[in-house]
Amino acid sequence: MSALLEVEELQVTFGGRTAAVRGASFRVEKGETHCLVGESGCGKSVTALAVMSLLARGGHRSAKRMSFAGTDLTSLSDREMARLRGNRMAMIFQEPMTSLNPAFTIGSQMAEVLTRHKGGSRAAALDRAAELMGRVGITAPGMRLGQFPHQLSGGLRQRVMIAMALMCDPELLIADEPTTALDVTVQAQILRLLANLKREFGLSILLITHDLGIVARVADHVSVMYAGEVVERATTAELFRAPQHPYTRGLLSCVPVPGRVQRDKPLGSIPGVVPAIGAGFAGCAFRSRCAHADETCTRAIPRRPAGDAHDYLCRLAPDWAELQPA
Amino acid sequence: MTAAIEVENLRCEFRVHTGLMSAEKRVIAVDDVTFSVPAGSVLGIVGESGCGKSTLARMILGLLKPTAGTVLVDGKRLFDLDRKARARLIQPVFQDPFASLNPRRRIKDIVALPLEAQGTFTRGEIDRRVAGILERVGLSAAMGERMPSQLSGGQRQRAAIARALVLEPRIVICDEPTSALDVSVQAQILNLLADLRRDLGLTYLFISHNLAVVEHVASEVAVMYLGRIVERNETDALFREPGHPYTKALLESVLTPEPGRGVPDIGLGDVMPDPANIPPGCRFNPRCRIAVERCRHEAPTRMVRPPQGMVECHLA
Ligand SMILES: Nc1ncnc2c1ncn2[C@@H]1O[C@H](COP(=O)(O)OP(=O)(O)OP(=O)(O)O)[C@@H](O)[C@H]1O
Ligand SMILES: Nc1ncnc2c1ncn2[C@@H]1O[C@H](COP(=O)(O)OP(=O)(O)OP(=O)(O)O)[C@@H](O)[C@H]1O
Ligand code: SF4
Ligand code: SF4
Ligand SMILES: [Mg+2]
Ligand SMILES: [Mg+2]
Repeated sequence: MSALLEVEELQVTFGGRTAAVRGASFRVEKGETHCLVGESGCGKSVTALAVMSLLARGGHRSAKRMSFAGTDLTSLSDREMARLRGNRMAMIFQEPMTSLNPAFTIGSQMAEVLTRHKGGSRAAALDRAAELMGRVGITAPGMRLGQFPHQLSGGLRQRVMIAMALMCDPELLIADEPTTALDVTVQAQILRLLANLKREFGLSILLITHDLGIVARVADHVSVMYAGEVVERATTAELFRAPQHPYTRGLLSCVPVPGRVQRDKPLGSIPGVVPAIGAGFAGCAFRSRCAHADETCTRAIPRRPAGDAHDYLCRLAPDWAELQPA
Repeated sequence: MTAAIEVENLRCEFRVHTGLMSAEKRVIAVDDVTFSVPAGSVLGIVGESGCGKSTLARMILGLLKPTAGTVLVDGKRLFDLDRKARARLIQPVFQDPFASLNPRRRIKDIVALPLEAQGTFTRGEIDRRVAGILERVGLSAAMGERMPSQLSGGQRQRAAIARALVLEPRIVICDEPTSALDVSVQAQILNLLADLRRDLGLTYLFISHNLAVVEHVASEVAVMYLGRIVERNETDALFREPGHPYTKALLESVLTPEPGRGVPDIGLGDVMPDPANIPPGCRFNPRCRIAVERCRHEAPTRMVRPPQGMVECHLA
C-alpha cells in the first residue's frame, strides 16, 4: 500500500546554521493516525511546517522524497502548493494566535477558507462553519462567529482552529498539539470526532503531541524524534510494550498519571539538556544524557530493526535492558 | 497572617455584540468566586475550557476590572501600588506565550525587562540573573539571542516562565505554564517551581488542564464550571474523593498511557455549556448523569466538605 504522506530524509536548516531537522523519515498511511512525539525543540513543528511549505523566512528544506497522495511536494510551485494547503491537506497550528488574524471575525476567517478553495456563497460557508463549530463542542456558534479571536478563551480558539482545518474536508490533517488548551472532557470529544472522521471518510492524521496518554489511545503508528532525527518508529502497541531507544524509554518513564503521583518527590525527568547541534555533528545526539553511551556512540549509528514496522537508532541491540539490567 | 491572594465575590461580565440584527448578549465569565491562597501554598485551578480561568487570572493581576467583588494581593489592592512594587509582588505566565512575548525583541532582552524596569540592578547583575534563569528553564545562551518567532512552542513557553521568575516575585499566576512541554522538560520546570517555593516561599496560582500535574504541584485544588467554583478541597482529598459529578467526570476522562483502550465516552453528552445562557437551577444539570428534578430549578448552595473544602451539589 502506498502512503498518503511520505517523508524521506527531510533536512531543515535556518540561516544555514541551525539544523532543526536532520534526516527525518516517516510515512502516514491512508486512514491512519500517525503521532510525532519528542522533546520540546526537537523539530516536530518544523517538520510539519516543512511539509506544508510554511517554513519561516531563513528556513531551508531538502528531502530525498516528500510526497502527498503520489504528488511530489518538492516540485510544486507556490501556487500549486497554496491550492493544496487548507484544502486537501490542512494544518492546525500549535499556537492558535499565530494563525488567526486578530482584525477579522472568526466567521469571516472560517468562511474565507471554504470560498477560496471551493467557491460558493459566503452564507453557505458560514452555515458550514457553524455546523463544524457545533461538532467541536462550541455552543452558540452564531455568537462566536461574530467575535474576534481575543474575545475567545484559549480552548475556544483552539477549537476554532480545528473546525477551520476541517472546512474543506481534507484528506490529511496535520494537527500540532491540537488539544493542549482543552479540558479532558472536551479533549475526549475532539478525539472521538477525529476518530469518526478517520473511520467514515478515511481521514489521515499526523498528530504532534506531548500527551502520551493521547498517543496510546489514538495513534496507529508513532515516530519518536530527538534533536531533529526520528530515533524510533513503531506501532503504538509495540512502542509502549517494548520501547528500544534509551530516549523513548526515558520519556515513557516520566509520564505522571493522576492518582499515582508521589507528591513529596520531584517529578521524574531525563537529566541534562539537548546539546547544541552544529555543522559537522556526528554520532548519537542523545549521548550526553545516555547512561549507556560509550565511544562508539560518537560515530555513525545504525538504524536497527526490532520487529515488524519497528526500528530505532542506537548502537544497542534490541531488548538490551533485559540482557544487561541497569 | 495575611493571605497571598484573597478574592471575594468576584464577578466578570462581558457584553458581546453578535452581528447586526441580534441583541447584545451578556457573557458571565466569572460568577461570584471567593477563595484565598495562603502565602507559600499553591492553589490549582482546573475546569472546563472557557469556564473563566484566564479571566479570573487577569482580574487578580489587575489587568481586567471586575464587574463586582474585590481582589487583595498580599493584603493590598493592586492599583494602590506603583508598577515597580507590583512587579516585585506578582508576575504572570500567560496561556499563549506567542501573544505575550514582544516579537521584535530578543529573548534575553525580554527576560531582562522586568529587572531593567526596577532601575536598581547593574548591567552586570542583570546579565548574570538573565543567564541564570535561562539556564534553569533549559534554554541555552544561544537561544537567548533569538527572536520569539525563532523558537519552538515549548521554548517560547520556557522564555515566558523565565521572564516571570527573573525578579523572584512573591506570587506567580501561571496559566497553563507547561502545556507545550514534553513530560521530561515539564518535570524540570515543575521541579524548578517547587524549589523556588521551598527556598523563597513563593505562592502560585496554577491553572492547568493536566490533572496529574495539578495533583503534584497544588496544595489545594479548585474546580471551575461555567464561571463558578463548584468544588474546592485539599489536593489529596479532592483526588481521592471527588464530591461533584463534574470533578468525577474530569478524573474519569484522563487518558492514561494504555494503548488499545480508545477514548472513553463518559456520557457527559456533546452539548457544551454556554456562558451567555447559563441554565437555571444547577448550572451543570443538562450534562449531569445523576441530576434529579430539584437540580433543574434550584441552584445548590455551598456545602462544607471535609477536611477543608466546599462543594456545590445537592447530592454530594
Ligand atoms: N525560525 C526559526 N529560526 C531559527 N531556529 C528555529 C526557527 N524555528 C524553529 N527553530 C528551531 O528549530 C528547532 C525545532 O523547532 P520546532 O518548533 O520544530 O520544535 P518542536 O519539536 O515543535 O518543539 P515544541 O514541542 O517545543 O513545540 C528548535 O530548536 C527551534 O529553536
Ligand atoms: N474580551 C472578551 N470579550 C468577550 N468575551 C470574553 C472576553 N474574554 C473572555 N471572554 C469570554 O469569557 C469566557 C471565559 O473565558 P476564559 O478565557 O476566562 O476561559 P478559560 O477558563 O481560561 O478557558 P480555556 O481553558 O479555554 O483557556 C469565554 O466564554 C470567553 O469567550
Ligand atoms: S547510540 Fe549510544 S548514546 Fe545513543 S542512545 Fe544508543 S547507547 Fe545511548
Ligand atoms: S446539583 Fe444536581 S445537577 Fe448539579 S451536580 Fe449535583 S446532582 Fe448534578
Ligand atoms: Mg512545536
Ligand atoms: Mg484560559
